[in-house]
Amino acid sequence: MIDKIVTDLTEAMAGISDGATILIGGFGSVGQPDTLIEGLIESGAGDLVVVSNNAGTGRAGLARLMELGRVRKIICTYPRSAGSVVFEELYAAGKIALEIVPQGTLAERLRAAGAGIPAFFTPTAYGTKLAEGKETRRIDGRDYVLEYALPGDVALVEAWEADRWGNLTYRASGRNFNPVMATAAKLTIAQTNHIRDLGDLAPDLIGTPGLYVDRVLHAPREAEGV
Amino acid sequence: MSETVQTRITGWQPLDRKAMAARVADDIPEGWYVNLGIGMPTMIADYVPETREVVIHSENGIVGMGPAPTPEQDDPWLINAGKQRVTLLKGGSYVHQADSFAIIRGGHLDLCVLGAFEVAQNGDIANWSTGDSDMAPAVGGAMDLSAGAKRIWVIMQHTTRDGRPRLVERCGYPLTAPGVVKRIYTDLAVLDVTPDGFAVREMVPGLTLSELRERTAAPLIG
Repeated sequence: MIDKIVTDLTEAMAGISDGATILIGGFGSVGQPDTLIEGLIESGAGDLVVVSNNAGTGRAGLARLMELGRVRKIICTYPRSAGSVVFEELYAAGKIALEIVPQGTLAERLRAAGAGIPAFFTPTAYGTKLAEGKETRRIDGRDYVLEYALPGDVALVEAWEADRWGNLTYRASGRNFNPVMATAAKLTIAQTNHIRDLGDLAPDLIGTPGLYVDRVLHAPREAEGV
Repeated sequence: MSETVQTRITGWQPLDRKAMAARVADDIPEGWYVNLGIGMPTMIADYVPETREVVIHSENGIVGMGPAPTPEQDDPWLINAGKQRVTLLKGGSYVHQADSFAIIRGGHLDLCVLGAFEVAQNGDIANWSTGDSDMAPAVGGAMDLSAGAKRIWVIMQHTTRDGRPRLVERCGYPLTAPGVVKRIYTDLAVLDVTPDGFAVREMVPGLTLSELRERTAAPLIG
């Protein structure tokens, strides 16, 4: 019997090595796998490369992981947002490396990694500082920038519902990077608000089929009241 | 000089932010799929009449975004690209991040309205970085939107707070995308980017072309 549901956070986070590239879902706090990020902090893994849309806010979660000095580099689109104090302190002190990527290029690099596409040409960022030093090509009269796939060692995602096969559904704008990142890592760990029996998720509405998912942890956001 | 004093002397008044947003909304026809950037562009949605169906896309994965929620509608799972709580209209849908930017890059949006620091007469836009090396850069979806939407319009103040023109011959700030802006709505005028320079389509009542020229660092076609 396939059963990807794990009973605790330690089991969910087992086997994450120092130096790993960690894909973290979410856009702002929505769809961000907060419990798994806490588990990453507790796991003790360091020298990490984190791929995430944002660079954390406040002093908890991703911000705390960075403050503990466990993140060598962050690859993101928008590290500066209200309350991103830890990132800004570390960046100003030269204690964290930053790779800034346009949001659609980040999404497509992740998609490509999951889809077996090593690189692609995109019009985004052509003629800007973010394309400096990159290979370009003119195709049918338009200029494009070569971008490479961005695979992860581990993806941490948040689902709305999950079953024991690892099938996932998403809720509203909590979908964001989660289904894309779930395809792009060697090990995909999902936290979910609800566990459903196998067969109870409508097949037409499953956002991530279980073949992409290795572990599922039940971690409801009770405080959110939804 | 305060606006009141300026009005008394010159007889014209710049549009406030709401009037600017409303002016852009006037020009968006029914049936368009539109992305509105963070800040003043987001306000435009409030001025599209309810009887005119315009479908708003938000780059975090919403097609058919609605206005801010009432307390009963409030859902912490539903935010826009500016991370404010929003609603979904009837007929709306959600897509993941790669699909959301496929919509953008694939030319499926009729229009994107962005804020900007500067727009050059050839349509170059600078809106993501002041080039300040002490600050971490942050780009979000600005470059994808600029490169991908069928039309880019810009909404911005005509000059900076200290009076420097934002419409220029060449952008001084780092580019977001070269040659993409079609139209600019400022607090003073509506201008189109043309092969011959900025063409003035409309000015606030009482403003003269020479007064607009004084506030613009590129040739204007009246």
